Amino acid sequence: MSSLAVRKTAPAAGTTPGTAQGPPLRRRIALVPTLTLLLGALYCLLPVAWVVIAATKSGSELFSTFTFLPGTGFTDNLSDLNAYREGVYWQWMGNSALYAGVGALLSTAVSAISGYALAIYRFKGREAVFSVLMAGVLMPPVILAIPQYLLLAKADLADTYGAVLLPLVLSPYGVYLARIYAAAAVPADVVEAGRMDGASEWRIFTRIALPMMVPGLVTVFLFQFVAVWNNFLLPFIMLSDDEKFPITLGLYTLLEQGSNTPALYTLVITGALLAVLPLIALFLVVQRFWSLDLLSGAVKS
Amino acid sequence: MPNITKHRRFVATAVAVTLGATTLAACGGSDDDGDARSGPAKLTYWTWTPGMDKVVDLWNKGPGKEQQITVTVKKQASGDTLVTKILTAHKAGKGPDLVQAEYQALPTLVSNDAVADIAKESGDAKGKFADGVWQQTTLGSDAVYAIPQDIGPMMFYYREDLFEKYGLTVPKTWDEFAATARKLKKEEPDVDLTTFSANDSGLFAGLAQQAGAKWWTTEGQKWKVGIDDAATRKVADFWGGLVKEGAIDNQPMYTPAWNKALNTGRQIAWVSAVWAPGTLTTAAPDTQGKWRMAPLPQWSDSENVTGSWGGSSTAVTTDSQHKGAAAKFAAWLNTDPEALTALAKEGGIYPAATTAQTSDAFAQPPAFFSNQTEFYTAASDIAKTTAPSAWGPNVNVAYTSFKDAFGTAAKDKSDFGAALKKMRDDTVADMKKQGFEVSE
Repeated sequence: MSSLAVRKTAPAAGTTPGTAQGPPLRRRIALVPTLTLLLGALYCLLPVAWVVIAATKSGSELFSTFTFLPGTGFTDNLSDLNAYREGVYWQWMGNSALYAGVGALLSTAVSAISGYALAIYRFKGREAVFSVLMAGVLMPPVILAIPQYLLLAKADLADTYGAVLLPLVLSPYGVYLARIYAAAAVPADVVEAGRMDGASEWRIFTRIALPMMVPGLVTVFLFQFVAVWNNFLLPFIMLSDDEKFPITLGLYTLLEQGSNTPALYTLVITGALLAVLPLIALFLVVQRFWSLDLLSGAVKS
Repeated sequence: MPNITKHRRFVATAVAVTLGATTLAACGGSDDDGDARSGPAKLTYWTWTPGMDKVVDLWNKGPGKEQQITVTVKKQASGDTLVTKILTAHKAGKGPDLVQAEYQALPTLVSNDAVADIAKESGDAKGKFADGVWQQTTLGSDAVYAIPQDIGPMMFYYREDLFEKYGLTVPKTWDEFAATARKLKKEEPDVDLTTFSANDSGLFAGLAQQAGAKWWTTEGQKWKVGIDDAATRKVADFWGGLVKEGAIDNQPMYTPAWNKALNTGRQIAWVSAVWAPGTLTTAAPDTQGKWRMAPLPQWSDSENVTGSWGGSSTAVTTDSQHKGAAAKFAAWLNTDPEALTALAKEGGIYPAATTAQTSDAFAQPPAFFSNQTEFYTAASDIAKTTAPSAWGPNVNVAYTSFKDAFGTAAKDKSDFGAALKKMRDDTVADMKKQGFEVSE
């Protein structure tokens, strides 16, 4: 009996000092913000859940079974999508990757160099250039699509890969972000020190400033990548050849097939689900670059 | 047509510009020798019809090879967005050679000088189509702006099994239709005969057309807009009345809820067109073999007319440098028996060419209507009764206004007459803004 009692109390005795030593566990849960965030998460995730579940439904289940009840047609949907017009979906996926990847890379490069120049150098008209850029940030790209089409058509570039890539190269928002980031992350002292040591301006930019700007540039790249990946209007106006279509446009043609052909809902939903995956993968991969802020402490005053 | 004179002048300049451009092209192109008459030509074709590339292959391997005319299909998304895209491309002078265009979009394309008159090149194509269909491509003039491809004669679809179950007979007139709706509502409050939906303007336009409405006509040099004419008003009041008293549903079509209502038998009829089997296949997959098609109810016993909902044509653009070759292809595509059979098989279209409607491709009913063996014979008879249509240069504006005004009116069960007036006013205001003369 007594041993039992000891065994019973022993753990209790062991833990008592711990609780006494540690800080009292009275972390208050902020109810309102937590609930708000939960609601926000629900608001964002419900449609995603819908797409995931709807992609598993076969054509006959899509509108007839309970919305959040998984269906049985996922593999069929995948193979149908794969077979649709000899796999044109993957062509669209590849095109999207090309537009988003190359477009975002180019625009990040342009943003980096112009943001750096605007932040570091003092020259006549700097503020004017920056004001124009700010106006560009406020201008929705939708408005520019048709004028850009007319310009590129004059240059005989309509309906080419270049027609979609060229307008993306200069992103006012990217330049703005890069300038703000360069101004904060690249200290004038470091640039000055580089000059003292005889480095050329180009070398200072590529070897010293650029590594310091990486976290900011990663953000620019991600923003641009997502914007291009989701872009609809620009490629819609620029392209007529469906072999060059990005995924957004391709899926749209599956929906709008004319009145005598039903919309291919199951294919569009499955296609939309697959189209999100590269974005998620990209975020997971690129995330670690955000903490790569090693050089930000190079100068301490 | 008031805009014709303006158009003719433009064609003259367009031809001059085109000739100039062809001489330039002759210097640059190696695979395209720029012969404007016919002969070696590479054409591009914007279309949304599924499987069109396979139909065009038949041309490229057959008649196209002999005449050295190669056509490349560039598949597009259908609808008003494509019209905008064609007009934008035309502004840049980069339009394709051939475009697929819905009949109601043709006046818009013509008034923007985007499609060419191919009266000379269209040959004997006219005789292959019903007059009412052909008239839509000439806009009542001597010109020919397109070759008809497919049509959408309207019909009445109903659940045969449920009509029997509820003791209903197929309505022959719109009065009977209303009585059927009321009877069903009284006996089965949970079930609706059908719904009034404002999300596809083509349905209402077709119903008005059946009643004899002429939305756009010309008087001398002026346009006359008859969107709130007596015939249209009759149609609007009829449906508005049914919605107001609750005899039919007021929820829009093509939504998951609508699909479910059709699939579970909560809505047992649909006023639609010849392409309905395709829509029903995806919307109500569990009801295969339970539907039947009948002629549209009539406004009086003595009448036998229908409207049309949908349908499209093949037009040659003014940007094309090979208009003759393009017109040849358009005529082949829409009149050649082999092409029409392939279009029916690959694209699932209902052909505008009258002989094709009873060809072997349409010997069997659609799979979803396997119970109605005479489906296509009946469809062909109904197609012959299609009322003439009268489209104007800004159908897209009228359609958008319809969706807004009637969508709200249906939701609130309010006066459809006021919605119709708004639709008319919006349309006239837009035409005036575009510089058309409109008589009041």
